[in-house]
Amino acid sequence: MRRNSFWVASFTASVIIAIVLLVAGSPTVTANDQPSAANAEVKIDNFVFGPQTITVPVGATVTWTNKDDIPHTSVSTEGVFKSKVLDTDEKFSYTFTKAGTYSYYCTIHPKMTGKVVVQ
Amino acid sequence: MTDKNKDLIDQKLQDLNNDGVDRRGFLKCMAWAGTGLVWTMSGGIPTSRAFAKTNGKGAAKSGDFSFVQISDSHIGFNKPANPDVTATLQTAINKTNAMPHKPDFIIHTGDLSQLSKPSEFDTLDQVLKGASAKQIYFVPGEHDMLTDNGEQYLQRYGKGTKGSGWYSFDQKGVHFVGLVNVANLKAGGMGSLGHEQLEWLEDDLKGRSVSTPIVLFAHIPLWTIYPDWGWGTDDSEQALSYVKRFGSVTVLNGHIHQIMQKVEGKVSFHTAMSTAFPQPAPGTAPSAGPMKVPADQLQQVLGITDVNYLVSGRSLAVVDSPLADSGSSASGSGSGSGGR
Repeated sequence: MRRNSFWVASFTASVIIAIVLLVAGSPTVTANDQPSAANAEVKIDNFVFGPQTITVPVGATVTWTNKDDIPHTSVSTEGVFKSKVLDTDEKFSYTFTKAGTYSYYCTIHPKMTGKVVVQ
Repeated sequence: MTDKNKDLIDQKLQDLNNDGVDRRGFLKCMAWAGTGLVWTMSGGIPTSRAFAKTNGKGAAKSGDFSFVQISDSHIGFNKPANPDVTATLQTAINKTNAMPHKPDFIIHTGDLSQLSKPSEFDTLDQVLKGASAKQIYFVPGEHDMLTDNGEQYLQRYGKGTKGSGWYSFDQKGVHFVGLVNVANLKAGGMGSLGHEQLEWLEDDLKGRSVSTPIVLFAHIPLWTIYPDWGWGTDDSEQALSYVKRFGSVTVLNGHIHQIMQKVEGKVSFHTAMSTAFPQPAPGTAPSAGPMKVPADQLQQVLGITDVNYLVSGRSLAVVDSPLADSGSSASGSGSGSGGR
């Protein structure tokens, strides 16, 4: 449940940010509107990418850490990025230099999916 | 095994005999607390041979044979759920070697390794060398194809196979098909066989007599057990449509590290225990990750599957045994008898 409400919250947050951007009518955002710090973390825990959708500014580096006893991967569905196999506590980082929505999944457990929104 | 249990089995076998050879595709399933043994018969087995064998009685008819399924060895795994998976695989092999009826061969239904490392495959090979059954058939699990699209797996275990490692063979009139449903998995999906393999399967089965017993084996279940955890195969329906016309079809899978079974028409589905660690029953835990049980109970939730083919009934009996022998208090499989 907690995860769901968190997901809803982060989804709502990104919608609000999108609206703010639209209202501003300008591609530049002020510091206050920055979605998050330049670097972001995604934890892989209990076969879930958390948060499932993460919103970051252009240039941000996202780091995935596998907290499970089972190996996982983080691989872009569009072939943009591809981690090696992450065993327990191993990490993978990727820096997003272009705005867009990046879907990814675990190639070992394809039910595990996530999104990085870069804006 | 208590006398009471034995009586129960005899009664069930009697029921099966009475049902005769019309093979209406029913399932009799019993589990005994105390032994942790689950015993399944499908397709109307007309004799009590499977049980008699375990007592060392009963005359084998020529053409009868048996094989052992082992699964999910995960060599290289070293987390609390089982710090020594090599030892438990060794126990499984010892148990196989000690069977009163020598299995003709072994089928390993994948996840040989934890991380597809050469050293893990080496260790597996070392342990399997000790098996008295010299012929071992493999299909890969997703853990065996982690690094190189399965190239290493194919070189070691898939010589002469098609595509990502599928193949078929015949043993004393039974047709066996090893399928691969762990390659090229799509985001959001479950296991997948893919178009090329399905075409091959259709072709492989074409022209075979409906009375030929068929055994399909693959790593991920070929029936949908729990989609939330990816416990199923997206295009298994199509594969199963090719076997519907056969009189006896047995589907053997691994991946979920626990026994599950069902019968649909003349097709009986069965998943095996792991030799490495147990996984939770569907939906009973936050995820499908390894389940930690007290160390003294581990060997009751790991095990092997013994499959007996009875030429007289053209059907297969599947018997699961935990690594630990009976008599302990815990049981992973409940009690009483299952139904159709």
